[in-house]
Amino acid sequence: MADDASKPFAGLADVSISEDIAVEGDISVPAGSSRRDDELSTLDEPVKETVLRDLRAVGNKFVHVLYPKRSSALLRDWDLWGPLLLCVTLALLLQGGAADSHEQGGPQFAEVFVVVWVGSIVITLNSKLLGGTLSFFQSLCVLGYCIMPLTVALVVCRVVLLLANNGVSFAVRLLVVAASFGWSTFASTAFLSDSQPPNRKALVVYPVFLFYFVIAWIILTFSP
Amino acid sequence: MASPNDLQFQEFEEAAQLLSSDPGASTLSVSAGGGSEEVKLDLSDEEEEAQQESAELLGGQKSPGGFWTFEYYQSFFNVDTSQVLDRVKGSVMPLPGRNFIKHHLRSNPDLYGPFWICVTLVFTVAISGNLSTFLLEMGNPAYHYTPQFHRVTVASVVIFLYAWLVPVGLWGFLTWRQGVERQVGAYSFLETVCVYGYSLFIYIPTSILWILPFEWLRWTLMVVAMVISGSVLVLTFWPAVREDTKPMAVSTVVTIVALHALLAIGCKMYFFQTASHIILPLQPTTAPVQLHPQNQTRTH
Repeated sequence: MADDASKPFAGLADVSISEDIAVEGDISVPAGSSRRDDELSTLDEPVKETVLRDLRAVGNKFVHVLYPKRSSALLRDWDLWGPLLLCVTLALLLQGGAADSHEQGGPQFAEVFVVVWVGSIVITLNSKLLGGTLSFFQSLCVLGYCIMPLTVALVVCRVVLLLANNGVSFAVRLLVVAASFGWSTFASTAFLSDSQPPNRKALVVYPVFLFYFVIAWIILTFSP
Repeated sequence: MASPNDLQFQEFEEAAQLLSSDPGASTLSVSAGGGSEEVKLDLSDEEEEAQQESAELLGGQKSPGGFWTFEYYQSFFNVDTSQVLDRVKGSVMPLPGRNFIKHHLRSNPDLYGPFWICVTLVFTVAISGNLSTFLLEMGNPAYHYTPQFHRVTVASVVIFLYAWLVPVGLWGFLTWRQGVERQVGAYSFLETVCVYGYSLFIYIPTSILWILPFEWLRWTLMVVAMVISGSVLVLTFWPAVREDTKPMAVSTVVTIVALHALLAIGCKMYFFQTASHIILPLQPTTAPVQLHPQNQTRTH
């Protein structure tokens, strides 16, 4: 412990401060107080702000599904609001089809939910068991968001069915559903494929293909 | 236990006999897939004595951790794309002398194949059945198309029960027989489930082809599929029960084939109904209609 080293302000040792100068001021410590400020501000902000922030995040992910590039936006901040919204929309729009005959009709509301969520969970478990590196919820998030093209196709199908219900409308619906099925599968593989071991990619992609195929089939066979 | 110096290339039949007499021996398996050769060395179970309890079900394989850990289940999915494709090919082209378990599984049974083949079969059967009904009724104005979604539930219950309960029964039976008669060979539970799962693969293209509404074609396809998948099962289980008493051995094999045939016939009868069996749902104003287009043509 040399004297020089223990006196960093050695040159200032002779400086004296007059007692007339008031020593006062504000000390702002950036880290601590800004965190406190944030908590206070999210409590104080209007509810509309809070809701809109989440909605904007969900909408941002929808855009990423529409133009699937190899981005990590879906994976980094995953949320399950989007998949829930899409699943509820899908199940609601599939109601009202052949509702008179209980047994031989279309899928019930609960059946759509079960197919979508149990299917997503099974595919996620499958990819994790095969050695994938995505977390459970990230995978659920991707699979759920990529249902969006199929939901859009269902809306288009219902509109087409309102106009006509013949061979031409069936051909149009077939085309739309097939295109959206291809889009969904392509979008989800764009997000999922990087996290899989290379010699098992096909093993992981096939269940995704089957999942969207079944949903596309349910949409295509919807008859009012 | 064979040391690496003792390993040498042998004819396949001898290797199979060696393996069947000592299932715990170290094996060297070379699988050539996709241009790169991998060599897998399966360790004998004597090196894993600490985990014998959890290794019982796996028939002497390395078992990481107890059944409550994730790695335990990951060991059932330790397959690559090329391996799965190779096993599927083996189930579609059974050659006499090629025991599916010895030749294709090679001490690495997986659950990926059986599970996803069952799921695919469920949806294929349900969708094809629905399509065949639609094609049959296309010209009928009284017919209103319905997706018949409840059939998926029925199909999944039947197929999953068959693919998972029958192997349990067979495995239990074979293990019991092995306790009674020493020479009877037994396979591990996973291997039995694996064989049954992969043997169902041939029914997937068969059920798609069943959409075509020709009875003779359907029966021909069913016989062909039953022969192929039945022979996969027979070729696998015959060497195991060969050493048993004659009546037992024959009746075991006959039961296996009979159950398999029952599944195929049951699926065909329920999902792919012929014209005389269609019963339309009760319309509020008209009575239930039973169609007999065959009778109509006969009376003309």
